[in-house]
Amino acid sequence: MAGTALRGRLTWQAARVASLIRETASVCTIGLEPRDWAGHRAGQHLDVRLTAEDGYRAERSYSIASAPGEQLAITVERLEDGEVSPYLTEELQVGDELELRGPIGGYFVWEPGENSPLTLLAGGSGIVPLRSILRDRLRTGSDVPARLLYSSRTLPDVIYRDELGQQHDGVQVSYTLTRDQPPGWTGHTGRINADLLAEAAWPAAADPVAYVCGPTSFVETAAAGLVGLGYPPGRVKTERFGATGGP
Amino acid sequence: MEALDGNSIGGLLIDVFGAEMTAVIGTCGTCGDTGPVAELVVYRQAPGTVARCRVCGAILMVFVKVRSMTCVDLTGMARMDRPRAA
Repeated sequence: MAGTALRGRLTWQAARVASLIRETASVCTIGLEPRDWAGHRAGQHLDVRLTAEDGYRAERSYSIASAPGEQLAITVERLEDGEVSPYLTEELQVGDELELRGPIGGYFVWEPGENSPLTLLAGGSGIVPLRSILRDRLRTGSDVPARLLYSSRTLPDVIYRDELGQQHDGVQVSYTLTRDQPPGWTGHTGRINADLLAEAAWPAAADPVAYVCGPTSFVETAAAGLVGLGYPPGRVKTERFGATGGP
Repeated sequence: MEALDGNSIGGLLIDVFGAEMTAVIGTCGTCGDTGPVAELVVYRQAPGTVARCRVCGAILMVFVKVRSMTCVDLTGMARMDRPRAA
């Protein structure tokens, strides 16, 4: 089994950049072709490592944006003071190689066989692993009903806007815009709170499972709000990105 | 610096333990709270990586990389158990 990674170990490998899609002014989706990829589960992430000419290395985690079975892709938000994201979102070209390892994570994952209604709460780029879950749900023909509440600063900051705007049976998508709303906006406004959660999330009586992902402050508020609505803490899965950016 | 959570050290934990660890249920040696490693409060920019109990703040895991060696301190963690099959 020459060339096969030791079981249970993650190995850094080069992956070719196969595609670049501009999602918003600061967000880019990078399609990747790793040489050896065992497949992933919806919600997992991978680590990317950049090495400078002087040998300095920076490593970051990015949620996988694609569903299992699709071409591997990550979605990266540019952070103004970032070491890695400005390169990934502004300078990377199709055909370049990136060093990565993964897939990583066994907690913030969704399996198509699960039959609990899905409450998905995204803050900013926290939508990325939830998009993988929604795509996996669609690809596998799951009929689990899903409600997504996506909190974004402004409408142009909404990632995957066209894709999320497509109607799919059993999926309800709602938005709250926290900073600025376009004229005639009929969605929610302002930061997530108990009233908004009570309206947008499945009631606890439906025995839902929740996936909450975004900046740390968003996740704390949203997760506490769901528990306040009667969700058992063990049914609220969380992933925190820090102040902003990748997980 | 804002805290992350245990999801963010999934790769590091595979390096150290040789297995996926974020879904493992940890027990705090200080307050006895139990929960998935993914839910721990994690700081990654200290001299090493520090994981604290979400309830009482006790330090449960410390990882410091010195050259190519990772030094691991788990003295704050009372137990680590595989989650029950879903």
